[in-house]
Amino acid sequence: MGIAATEKRSIGAFIWDYLTTVDHKKIGILYILGGGFFFLLGGLEAMVIRIQLIEPNNDFVSAQTFNEMLTMHGTTMIFLAAMPIIIGLMNVAMPLQIGARDVAFPFLNALGFWLFMFGGILLNLSWFLGGAPDAGWTSYASLAMDSPGHGVDFYISGLQIAGAGTLMGGINFIATIVNMRGPGMTYLRMPMFAWATLITSILILFAFPALTINLFLLMFDRMFDTAFFNVNLGGNQVIYQHLFWIFGHPEVYILILPVFGIFSDVFSTFSKKRLFGYTAMVFATMLIAFLGFMVWAHHMFTVGLGPVANAIFAVGTMAIAVPTGIKIFNWLATMWGGNITINAAMHWALGFIPSFTIGGMTGVMLGSAVADYQYHDTYFVVAHFHYVIIGGTVFGIFAGLHYWWPKMFGKILNETLGKITFWLFFIGFHLTFMIQHFLGLMGMPRRYWVFLEGRELDLGNFISTIGAFFMAAGVIVFLYNIIHTAIKGEQAGADPWDGRTLEWSIASPPPYYNFEQLPLTRGLDPLWIEKTEGNGKIVPGEPLGDVHMPNGSILPFLMSFGFFVAGLGFIYQVDHWLGYIALYGGMAFAIGCMIVRSLKDDHGYYIPKEELEEALVEREAD
Amino acid sequence: MSIDHSLFPETMPSNPERATLEGKNKFMGLWFFLGGETVLFACLFGIYIALKNSTAGGPSSTDLFGLELVFFMTVLLLSSSLTSVYAMYHMRNNDFKKMMLWLGITGLLGIGFLACEIYEFAHYIIDYDFTFRSSAFGSAFYALVGFHGGHVIFGISWLIVLMIRNARRGLNLYNAPKFNTFSLYWHFIDVVWVFVFTVVYLMGMVS
Amino acid sequence: MKRLLGKTKLLFLLSFIVLLLAGCGQENLTALIPKGYGADSSFYLIVLTTIVMTFVFLAVIIIYSIVLIRFRKKKGREDYIPKQVEGNKTLETVWTIIPIILVLIMAVPTVLATFDLADASDADEHINIHVTGKQFWWHFDYEKEQIHTSQDLYIPVNTKVYLHVKSDDVLHSFWIPSLHGKIDANPENVNTIFIEAWEEGVYQGLCAELCGLSHSLMDFKVIVVSEEDYDQWVQDMQSVNVDDESLDAVAQDGKALFEENNCMNCHAIGSPADYAPGRVPVGPDLTNFGNRDKFAGVLEPTKENLVEWLINNEELKPGNHMKNMDLTEDEAGKIAEYLMQLKHSDVTPESVKD
Repeated sequence: MGIAATEKRSIGAFIWDYLTTVDHKKIGILYILGGGFFFLLGGLEAMVIRIQLIEPNNDFVSAQTFNEMLTMHGTTMIFLAAMPIIIGLMNVAMPLQIGARDVAFPFLNALGFWLFMFGGILLNLSWFLGGAPDAGWTSYASLAMDSPGHGVDFYISGLQIAGAGTLMGGINFIATIVNMRGPGMTYLRMPMFAWATLITSILILFAFPALTINLFLLMFDRMFDTAFFNVNLGGNQVIYQHLFWIFGHPEVYILILPVFGIFSDVFSTFSKKRLFGYTAMVFATMLIAFLGFMVWAHHMFTVGLGPVANAIFAVGTMAIAVPTGIKIFNWLATMWGGNITINAAMHWALGFIPSFTIGGMTGVMLGSAVADYQYHDTYFVVAHFHYVIIGGTVFGIFAGLHYWWPKMFGKILNETLGKITFWLFFIGFHLTFMIQHFLGLMGMPRRYWVFLEGRELDLGNFISTIGAFFMAAGVIVFLYNIIHTAIKGEQAGADPWDGRTLEWSIASPPPYYNFEQLPLTRGLDPLWIEKTEGNGKIVPGEPLGDVHMPNGSILPFLMSFGFFVAGLGFIYQVDHWLGYIALYGGMAFAIGCMIVRSLKDDHGYYIPKEELEEALVEREAD
Repeated sequence: MSIDHSLFPETMPSNPERATLEGKNKFMGLWFFLGGETVLFACLFGIYIALKNSTAGGPSSTDLFGLELVFFMTVLLLSSSLTSVYAMYHMRNNDFKKMMLWLGITGLLGIGFLACEIYEFAHYIIDYDFTFRSSAFGSAFYALVGFHGGHVIFGISWLIVLMIRNARRGLNLYNAPKFNTFSLYWHFIDVVWVFVFTVVYLMGMVS
Repeated sequence: MKRLLGKTKLLFLLSFIVLLLAGCGQENLTALIPKGYGADSSFYLIVLTTIVMTFVFLAVIIIYSIVLIRFRKKKGREDYIPKQVEGNKTLETVWTIIPIILVLIMAVPTVLATFDLADASDADEHINIHVTGKQFWWHFDYEKEQIHTSQDLYIPVNTKVYLHVKSDDVLHSFWIPSLHGKIDANPENVNTIFIEAWEEGVYQGLCAELCGLSHSLMDFKVIVVSEEDYDQWVQDMQSVNVDDESLDAVAQDGKALFEENNCMNCHAIGSPADYAPGRVPVGPDLTNFGNRDKFAGVLEPTKENLVEWLINNEELKPGNHMKNMDLTEDEAGKIAEYLMQLKHSDVTPESVKD
């Protein structure tokens, strides 16, 4: 991966380059690497959970360890694996797709990544410092306040830091799409993935502050004895649940909408057809996002909000099925009449349709409030959201990785290995989670450390665990595929898939300035238009001239490190005065970095016209 | 795309804060950031409204609040918003000195507001023994008003850094967007205060 | 509701058979064999939504299969460029309208059932029981009957029983899958539901909200008995005599030890005269301990288990709040004997099972 490009540079310079980079493509790769690392970690945690539940009354791990595992599995997978990998893909592909040379806030973009990374590391340090958080990924207030030790404090600090990073990433994407689309790239000519990025970023922007506040309140209750959730002083933990889901439900769409974008691009590319009902798809996405903010209380049907609230939120939830259905049928219609190439990326996309449809079906079923009284907090729900998050998000990530891997690294991931990964993972996934629907209704609540003998839950749990091993095997094959491809992978040209959008009009991997001349977009699928109506080459939308680029900076890394130390200090200030030193020291360091950033003018630099001319000539010669 | 940051004052465009792509991005980014901040404060307001009667036997809003000081604080902060408008007006006329003057006044008014708020909190704590540990109402009150106060502190620090850094170099296309984003942020803080004043103090006096 | 139920009886029957074949889980635990009003309402909606959704799934799968078979890249036409269709108004309208209709089909019964289950207007005329969840057990306080019990909830068959659920520490969720869906036990407010069991028997109850280490061991039992048996049980419980002379010598020693170790500071072995409304003991009420179906939620009530529990409860139920009393095995044995002889009624889980 990319290492070939550094032949002549030392490893030190290579690392320094990545530590200081503000290039969206490199930041994207960093996001994918970081997210991938946490994905493996979260997967290990999942395996521990499944092994513990392979037989009744098992004692593979203790109750405490089990609660830590389930908490960290959920938290890691959502905040540190799925979302960062998706943001990574957005970073890699979105600016190229809209014909931009860069993102709006390259510095902020880098800062967002490092905050996420240090937040994730801080959270996971808890394993070594007295135990991980154990109150579930939702960390509901009453139990979280009751949890001894520092586990939950790590959860709070880690997520607060990582969350700030995500928020920055979101703002960056919105400003990029609003201000920096290339010439001719109107909103309704953007690829679906760019649309998904825009809408997802808006969701991030409006959802994450609720989490920030919630974590803040929980932190104060735990550390400074405030009374937000302390019932004896008039507090109310239902507020925590509301705020958590006001964030948490849009979060589900933050995870799923981007992969809808990926699948739209993949389906249309490999069917050789324009996306069916593009405008409807855009508005369906918007509608899903909008409704996503209106239905949070369907996670709380059993809280006792009363029949009026339950009924309203039930109907609202079911309504989301309509735009989602539109999308599914539009994808099918995109393929209808097409010339479908079934390669590895397409395997994931095709696997997604039935899997996600099941997840969507159970979602509507869960929306029926009275039925939810039975489903709620059982393995039925576990099955449902894994069908959505794995069958949707993870499949989408794999499809996206296969699709854009050549653009990122210049090599195509091995197709055969990719298909093996898919089948192992796909079979394992359905083995693991299909049966869990029934387990839930048969009386197995979620987050159960043990289930008892003689309750007819044995077989289902056993099958589920076997399935998990298949999934693990699939992931291992994928890791092997990455190494295999890096060593002897097939070199990819600029346009290995006969693509339709702008990212396929430039070299693989793209030059650091993306486009010598910003491309002119003449319609939806601009490259396809040029292929069928023009000479196959994108027409430049500006004269050749000097190109302005931002300078790299180590400050994002240092700043995030400062916040990391401060977060650590914050956790320990209740025990020891050294904590205060770390807290104030880290804070001062981070703020110092901010002041340096703000006092030191950074005008960036210019790539001279001549250099670009040379590159153009070289490209013509190829 | 190429920008000459050393533009002479005579050639300064009429909207220097949005004349460059960087400027436009900053402007747009800040608006969206404020969108996120709105959600943040909306959550805090929601919590406050939900918990304002949960006094757990401690002092309630009618026991605590007096309008005189809060009214004075409101006047201070709202006029600071006005002075920052003046500053931006002078920026667009390319009058650096007057802009700095009005920004300075803005900062002083902000500091005055903060001093009053600190006095107010001290008064509650000392005279009423009303802290953020007293009751859920106390926690929610200090969280909401304190969060706003924290934003004011951040705004003032931002302004000071900005003024010191640019004190000697005049206005250009590089720093104009920075002044403008600050002023937007400052307006936002004022708007939030109007809601704090209404929801916390006015409604608190009534109930 | 009733009319709708009648119409879908056939569908019920069909799906029921299918589910039976797939395995429905253990009777009196599974939500798939509803035996009470609430569980039945839920089950009806589960079946209805499953049928509607299966219809959608089939539509998707049929189109999907046709697409895969017909439009796969074929030999000889690798370079075929399909027509670039923008969309189709009629088709898109169809697959917007049909889901809306399907959603309405599901939404109307959902709303009706939601209001139906939340109706508590006749609570005064029925049995009212205050349920309290604690880490990791449940307490039941019969309001009119003035009875305290823990872990085993006795109710009469075919009768509405109102449960007022709250928590004494962290969030719990009260769930009897075969009788009624979940209701959260919140620390700040009381949630009211009614249950109505249609068949006598011992039903499994569970905690469904992560509440700490022994969340998965926070079981309880609902013992549904005939109306006469219920009245008998209430009478027995109201006339409990703490100084019961029926204890044997070992049990008498155990009783002395129980008092010596101040066990009653946490565990009430109640005489009805002590009844205090709303009181929740620190530990489970042991009045009718000898008749418990299980103890500590999940353990068989044998002397062996009980001795082990008294000496080493942390291992059996991690995170529970029972103090270690530093008992010898002999002492524990005597206390166990005493507790197991606390049988104050002939209406027991065993008698219901027979």
